[in-house]
Amino acid sequence: MNVAIREQQTQTRNKIHPLLFATLLGCVSITMMFMAWTSAYIVRQSAGNWLEFRLPTIFFINTAVLLLSSVTLHSSYFFFKRKKEQLYKGLLVLSLLLALSFLAMQYIGWQQLFDMGVALDGNPAGSFVYVLSGFHALHIFAGVAVLIVALIHAFALKFNVSPKRKLRFKLTLVIWHFLDFLWLYILTFIILQS
Amino acid sequence: MAATNLVKPDYDPALLIEEQGYEDHFHDHHHGDKYQSSFITHYIFSQDHKIIAKQFLITGIFWAIIGAAMSIIFRLQLGFPEESLAWLKPLLGKWITVNEAGIGTLDPQFYYALVTMHGTILVFFVLTAGLSGTFSNLLIPLQVGARDMASPLLNMLSYWFFFLAGVVMFASLFLSTGPFSGGWTAYPPLSILPQASTGSGAGMTLWTVSLVLFVVSVLLGGINYITTVLNLRTKGMTMWRLPLTIWAFFVTAIIGLLSFPVLASAFFLVIFDRELGTSFFLSDIYVGGEALDRVGGSPILYQHLFWFLGHPEVYIIILPAMGLVSEVLSVHARKPIFGYKAMVYSILAIAFLSFIVWAHHMFMAGVNPFITNIFVVFTLIIAVPSAVKVFNWITTLYGGNIRFNSASLFAIGFVSMFISGGLTGIFLGNSAIDIQMHDTYFVVAHFHIVMGIAAFFGMFAGIYNWFPKMYSRFMNETLGKIHFWGTFIGAYLIFWPMHYLGMAGVPRRYYSFEGFDAFSHFDDMNKFITVSAIIVFGLQILFVVNFFYSIWKGKKVTSKNPWGATTLEWTTPITPGHGNWPGKIPVVHRWAYDYGKDGNEYIPQVLPVSEDESEAH
Repeated sequence: MNVAIREQQTQTRNKIHPLLFATLLGCVSITMMFMAWTSAYIVRQSAGNWLEFRLPTIFFINTAVLLLSSVTLHSSYFFFKRKKEQLYKGLLVLSLLLALSFLAMQYIGWQQLFDMGVALDGNPAGSFVYVLSGFHALHIFAGVAVLIVALIHAFALKFNVSPKRKLRFKLTLVIWHFLDFLWLYILTFIILQS
Repeated sequence: MAATNLVKPDYDPALLIEEQGYEDHFHDHHHGDKYQSSFITHYIFSQDHKIIAKQFLITGIFWAIIGAAMSIIFRLQLGFPEESLAWLKPLLGKWITVNEAGIGTLDPQFYYALVTMHGTILVFFVLTAGLSGTFSNLLIPLQVGARDMASPLLNMLSYWFFFLAGVVMFASLFLSTGPFSGGWTAYPPLSILPQASTGSGAGMTLWTVSLVLFVVSVLLGGINYITTVLNLRTKGMTMWRLPLTIWAFFVTAIIGLLSFPVLASAFFLVIFDRELGTSFFLSDIYVGGEALDRVGGSPILYQHLFWFLGHPEVYIIILPAMGLVSEVLSVHARKPIFGYKAMVYSILAIAFLSFIVWAHHMFMAGVNPFITNIFVVFTLIIAVPSAVKVFNWITTLYGGNIRFNSASLFAIGFVSMFISGGLTGIFLGNSAIDIQMHDTYFVVAHFHIVMGIAAFFGMFAGIYNWFPKMYSRFMNETLGKIHFWGTFIGAYLIFWPMHYLGMAGVPRRYYSFEGFDAFSHFDDMNKFITVSAIIVFGLQILFVVNFFYSIWKGKKVTSKNPWGATTLEWTTPITPGHGNWPGKIPVVHRWAYDYGKDGNEYIPQVLPVSEDESEAH
């Protein structure tokens, strides 16, 4: 079924693949969810009784890790298209490792926040940071699942640059870049607001 | 115009499609049908949009009966507070207290639960999933000329998330502490503090879980609808040739995609406040004389987040109905829709405005009066595109060769309801008048007419009109007309008197007005409303009987295009199979509203424009 639909698509108007478009729409809805929280943040902050604190440095190191994972994943896609199998697989594994270390370091970040006296159930200023970064981490979990699927494709299937696999990889890439962008949005927002 | 002078097409559109349709090699793939070869993959976990549409519709009907039955129970309490409800004991169990004299009374706590559930069920499960879920699924692929949705798998998941949401909500009805009872808007602190009422415990937990699942369902569906409309239109089907149904579903899906995630955000914060001890929405609360130690939150913040969805939600409900009505009116008046582009632009204008008027639900919640002014202005501007639509519907009917059948009657009824309910919206949109009107039966009357009854009328028009496409049979016309006239008159009898109650200041959501001498002269009016509601409820049961009877025993459809409509769904076989068209997919040459053009009764969209034809769209 999906295959047939896609063929109908590819033969008629092929400006953007429907599944890619659907993925982008999904990103829009997730962005709306986070924008709602950041708007709530602004409204709540302006009401006063707001705890001022600095984010632990690890969150900034972590940002670099996440950005790096995006770079490695993109290079993996680049080498996949150029049929460099080893580089493609290696960079894919590296991306997953970076993603996992991002999650681990976020956890450490939350611990440091807690040790600073910023608790989830304390002042809403802290609660918002936990909600924003926590829900982002949940999405990263989903992104990791997508990366694992991509890894399974890489190692279980015979290496072959078919349009179908290219599309799959592209979707993975879009999702992962989006999660990066989302984190940058959250981090920039929190920094600008404090 | 005299219908007899017009020429009916004497060609078979299916042959046209075979001649000049588009070959997409769909049927070359034998795997295409494999997945729905067994009963389970065909009827239960189906990925075919037509089956999913029926699943949405029938699940919606199930919830509509439950939601409406709840309203009858609380209407009994409002209309006949003295009468014994002991006969409901077998159904409601401990929620009916029977005293020594044998008089049964409804538990006040459960009254609130009924009101809350009635709202939640009707707004989300019936008028969002049941209406837009049904018709977006059925009509988008058929009317844009696609084999199926962009992602049939996500489409299937959309239904099953809705189903799961329904299961969780249904389970909450049977909790010993009762379902959530703090109003369908779930304002904190009632929704957050389990101490607030019995329904705020496990009932609210299940309520939030259910609605988060529901949001997932709406998003999966909406992503699919938008993608299908934008990416899978057949050749020749430009955006300006889309039937208005598709425009309406398309814009509805966009609104849903932008607003439902915000609702999810609000619910997640509620869940955090409930389960993890945060204070996003809690501050300065006293429980049993003791100050709660959770401070720093803002309950108004929740209202902002909620109504940022809540208001667009109103249009998520009414826009699909508007689309269905536009199409049904045009088909059965045998006239092109008046002002097609104006209709599209007004849909877009309504959609845009729907995002900047949310605070008109909060005029009396302590919002800065200067800010409310802005919301008043934008709210009143919505009257402009709405009036454009009403004008165009009436002008479409004017001079038409109208076929008065159940479908067109409900479409005309929709216009009537939309005008009546829309006018009272102008009262409520003014923050000054709202000081008197807010939280009264005036509000209840307003939104029930304009988005409850009107949306139902649009849905009924759609069901009667497209039933032949869904089940290859007609619904019974006589029962349909009884259904229409009874519901039309009955709905006004229920909600018209409520305006008077509201203007006199009778508050909504009250269990009893026993202690209010000022309202005692409304007792008879309340009885009247309740009796009307019971009759109208009976008529809806008649509709449900007609619906299910007709699925198996209705009059068979003998021609492909029983209504003489121009759109693509009527070029499919009487019972369309998987992939909708047996051979090629149709190529579109004209817009969807060529009725009575150049002496032709109607011209299907698949007919190429001939050289001597007057200007074509």
